[in-house]
Parts: sequence; C-alpha cells; structure tokens
Amino acid sequence: MSTMKIRILLAKPGLDGHDRGAKVLARSFRDAGFEVIYTGCHQSPEQIASIAIQEDVDVVGLSCLSGAHRYLFPEVAKLLKEREAEDIIVIGGGIIPEQDMPALYEAGLKGIFTPGTTLDSIVAWVHANVTPRA
Amino acid sequence: MFTKELFNQSSELKNKWEDEVRKSVTKHADQKEKWTTVSDLGIKRIYGPEDIKSMDFEKDMGYPGQFPFLRGNQSTGYRGKYWTFRMFSGMGTAVETNQRWHYLLSTGQTGLSTAFDFPTLMGYDTDSPKARGECGKCGVAIDTIEDFRDLIQGIPLDKISTSMTINPPATILWAMYCASAEMQGIPLTKISGTIQNDILKEFIAQKTLMCPPEASVKLISDTIEFGTKYVPKWNTVSISGYHIREAGSTAVQELAFTLRDGIEYVEDVIKRKGLHVDQFASRLSFFFNSHIDFFEEIAKMRAARRMWAKIMRDRFGAKDPRSCWMRFHTQTAGCSLTAQQPYNNVVRTVTEALAAVLGGTQSLHTNSLDEVLSLPSEHAVQIALRTQQIIAEETGVANTIDPLAGSYFVESLTNEMEEKAWEYIHKIDAMGGMIAAIEKGYPQMEISDAAYKFQQQIDAKEKVMIGVNKYVEQNEKVDIPILTIDESVEAQQLKRLAEVKRKRDSRKVNECLRDLTSACKKGDNVMPYCIEAVKHYATVQEICDVYREVYGEYRDPGIF
Repeated sequence: MSTMKIRILLAKPGLDGHDRGAKVLARSFRDAGFEVIYTGCHQSPEQIASIAIQEDVDVVGLSCLSGAHRYLFPEVAKLLKEREAEDIIVIGGGIIPEQDMPALYEAGLKGIFTPGTTLDSIVAWVHANVTPRA
Repeated sequence: MFTKELFNQSSELKNKWEDEVRKSVTKHADQKEKWTTVSDLGIKRIYGPEDIKSMDFEKDMGYPGQFPFLRGNQSTGYRGKYWTFRMFSGMGTAVETNQRWHYLLSTGQTGLSTAFDFPTLMGYDTDSPKARGECGKCGVAIDTIEDFRDLIQGIPLDKISTSMTINPPATILWAMYCASAEMQGIPLTKISGTIQNDILKEFIAQKTLMCPPEASVKLISDTIEFGTKYVPKWNTVSISGYHIREAGSTAVQELAFTLRDGIEYVEDVIKRKGLHVDQFASRLSFFFNSHIDFFEEIAKMRAARRMWAKIMRDRFGAKDPRSCWMRFHTQTAGCSLTAQQPYNNVVRTVTEALAAVLGGTQSLHTNSLDEVLSLPSEHAVQIALRTQQIIAEETGVANTIDPLAGSYFVESLTNEMEEKAWEYIHKIDAMGGMIAAIEKGYPQMEISDAAYKFQQQIDAKEKVMIGVNKYVEQNEKVDIPILTIDESVEAQQLKRLAEVKRKRDSRKVNECLRDLTSACKKGDNVMPYCIEAVKHYATVQEICDVYREVYGEYRDPGIF
C-alpha cells in the first residue's frame, strides 16, 4: 500500500449554505489520515476546479442541498476535463434524488452519497477507488 | 417546593424502591449502560422531589402570564387561541408559490411563511452568473417588486400575517412588502408578519451571508428602529435557533447561542439607535427547532421563556411585561427525518410537533414526509398540516396550559438546560460578545464538534435512527412522488427580469441607488431609501451591491 496520503478537496458549490455534511466529512477524512482542504461555502465551479488543480488533489467531494447539483456538479467535472485534469476523481453528496443520478454519473462523477450513508463507508469507498499520486 | 416532612417520607420510600431495583437488575440488566438525551445529557433512572427541591414556585415557575413566563406568556394558553399553523412554502416562480399559498389557506392554514430561493436569500438576481442552476429550486425567486406583487396576489395583507425567511436582503424584501401594502392602500400600521432578519446565526450555521457581522447587525437595527416607529405590528427579527440545531448543535447550544444572538441585537439597538428596551422588545420574536427527543425539547422551550424574561428584566432593565415575553415559532427537525422509509417521518413529525405544543409554541411548521428528498409535494404538505390540526382539535393536549409543569423530570431537565445555557452565555460575554465569538470561530467549532460526535454515534449505533441504522430494509425502493422544479423556471424568470429592466426608468433607479449609497455611508437608516428604490423597480441584487460596496463582502472561512 502506498504511504502517500490521499489529498481531498471538499467543496460547497453554488449558493447553498448547508455545510453540516461537508464539515462532518472533512473531519472524518482527516481522522482517516487524508489531507483535507475545505473551501467553505459559496464557491463557483471555476473556483473549485482551480483550487483542485492548484492543490493537486486526488479527489474532489462536492456537497449541495439546494437542488442545483444538476447544473453545478457536471460543471465542475466539465471544467476539470477541459483543463486536462480528468484524473481527479469527482464525487458528490447531499439531497440528490435517485432519478438525477444517471445524468451525474454520465457527466463524470464517480460516486454519489446521499443521506444515511455512514462516514466509514465513504472513507472505505475512497480507499478502494483512489490511489494517491506520487 | 416541598416540606421537610414530605422529603423525609419520600426518601424512605425511595430507599425501599432502590433496594427493589438492585434485585430486579440482577434479573433484567439495563438495556444499555448510559442513558442520554439525543443531545447527550445524562438521564437518571427516575426523578423525584429531591431533583427540584431548590425550586421556588413563585420565583421559578408561577402561573402562565406571570414572570418568569415559564408556563407561557398568555394567561389563557391555547384555550383562547391555538398556535398559528404556519407552513413554510415557496418554490419556482412567484405565481406558483402564490397558488400554493392559496391552497394552504383553503385547507385551514392560518398564517403564511415564505421560502426564497438561494439567489434571493444571498442578494443576487436570477441573471447573476452566481445564480446559475439555483433559480426557484428551494424557494421562490424574487428579483423585483413585480415578482413580489405576484407573490401576494389576492392575499389580504391587513388580515393574514406573513413570515419571510430572509436574512441579508431582509431590508429589501420587507421594503417590497411595505411598498406593496401602501400601493394597495393598506397603512403600514395595519400589516403584520415577521422577517427572519437574524444574521448572526447565518455566520454560525446556515451561511446565507453578504456583509461582515457588524454591518449586518447595523442593518437589523435599522429595521427594528423603522418598525418601532412606523410598522408597530411587525416582528422585525426572528432570532433563530432552528438553523443552529440543523447544523448539528445540541439542544443546549441551540438555546444558548440563540439567546446570546438576541442579546447582541438588543444591545446594538440601544447603543446605536438610543431606543429604550421597552420601546422595541415586544416585537422581537424567536424560532426554535423541535427535535426528536421529546422531553429535551419541551424543557428547552420552557427554559427559553424563563431565561429571556430574566435577560430582559435583569440585563436590560425592561419594565413592560411584554418585553419579557419570548414569543416563538417552531419547526419540527428537518435533520431528524430520513430518506429511508420516508413514511416514518410522519411519526417523527407528530412527536416533534407534540413536543412543540407542550413546550408552548405560538406558531408551528410541521415538516412534510418527503422533505429529506425534495421540496414537499402538495399531498405531503397536507398530511403535515393535518398533523397540527389533529393535535390541536382531537388529542386534548391543548385543553390545559403547560400540562407537564411540576413533573419532576421535566422541571429538573428545564433547570439543567437553563444552567448549561447560562454557562455558554457567560463564556461568550467574557469573549466580548457574539460578534467577537464568531470571529474567533467559537460557536462554529462547538457546533462542528457536536455534529461530528452525533454522526459517529449514529454510525456506531449508539444512537438509533430507524431505517438508517436499525430495522434497515435491504434494497429499499423509495416510492413516493418527488416534486421537481423545472429548469424552464430559470428561463422564464430571466425573461421577466429583462422585461422589467427594459421597462423601468433607469435614471430614477440609479438616483435611488445613489441616495441609498450616501445613506449607508452616513449611517442613516436605510429603510426609507429601500422602499423608494423598490418602488422604482430596483432589483434585490442592485440594492445588495450597494451594501457590498459600502460595507464590504464576507467570505465563509470554512471552519471545520
């Protein structure tokens, strides 16, 4: 197993301010030994993509409860791809109705975590699906 | 509250009972080692006279309508009038929200409550790049007074009270309300309602933010001063613990931080506006969360009333009993609901609504069973509203006032809640007040700690959520109708805003915005300038841009 730490950017895209989930996850990821960067609320997709690239993260975790995920999540994935950073894995969470999921996966998201998911299972998913880059 | 004789008798009986318990637990051990409330307060096996022996009936309890108002502000409780059934609603365009309002009024709702979409809440227009994807999603989109007039179409503003959940742009939405009333020929003295207008909890919890704390508080003092002088039936602020709790706080933190925010506003109005507390305090209102731990919530609400009464009398020298009344709205806890087995949410909401009623709330929103998945469907809202009506009119719990008074457990928990909340309030006082505490990140960190701890307890199954960590249904298919807001709402709203901008007198708008800018710079009350600006179709964002320009913009530091 690699000794490199997984670097993860947690971000709140758009105008939604419900940050409980993002903050709880930030702590959980930190306790799991990841390097965690948290943007705070109200970030534009451009800001999130730029920080992800500058900070050279392995994963971007997006959290949104306002219903604007249908626009915001694909936008982040699209911007990363445009900047040739599609190796950064994008995951999302929040109030995401099941019928919205196919479109989000199609847009490039690799995992979507909705209410009721345990912290451990998200950490385990990241371990299973992300290899920290050297 | 008890005589010495009674105590001696009671402790003899208690010793006997404890002997029996020791025998019983050898056969049936307790199901768990530690019994706690949902917020982690320890709960004893039983409560008795010894737990409330230091209480003084007259000083600490009294009757409803008597200081310290533990048992309610009004001497008649719900017998004269039930709490206001006030469901929170708003989605899509103003026209759609207006239809939902009329539907709710036709089914027996007695007050209105508005949810705005995020661009409106944050002071951006639908045509801002920051608003992309958000229009009408979790509330109604309002850009100009033209939208606002559609929102209140057919609502008699002098008869129905309307609450608006709005914070940074509260001055603007309220200005639209005042201007609309004037245009309908209804004087400002006749309108009633509430603007949430509690910015400090936004820094602490919900993060709909615009300007830095100090300037934001100044805007609130402007509304309080304006209301005191010209709109006497309006509640100019709803000091809100609801969002603090949703962000993961404990019940004690919700109580303490809410009251401490209230203290901050009162201090600012007295200092900045030179008003006496009795001139404005009776129009301050509060907003609490009713979570799933039944008795903890009842205790919290009873403690809140008693604490605020003491704060007003002892800290601010209020003489008018109405200044000492804590008048509050309650909403059942959104964060207690589960996406799994969503019909269970009906049961949770009943329990929480019952706690709010037994806690003596004056107004209540009951959550719909689908709110963890989407905005509520009409059917789900109807069940939620019927929940309140059944509690009020069938169960009999409103037949007598404060029926749990004198319960050893409830009184003891109420006292404990109060004691622990004072500790927080004193700590924040020592930091120099709530703004200073927020700048240090203190309440934010306390809430983060509590939220993380709670999630760990759920994950470890130390605390139970049915359908999530116990009695889970494998491969559950959630089969309830989900309300979605069509993407076409954004296009419609953009078109409408463009039309208003084209038709209005831009020179007049600019003049109004210039006047507002200079009022802000001079420190004048912004309300008359806002009313003038919205009458000429200045947008929410245009006015907020003035605030951002003069007072600066706040960025969430992302403390976790």
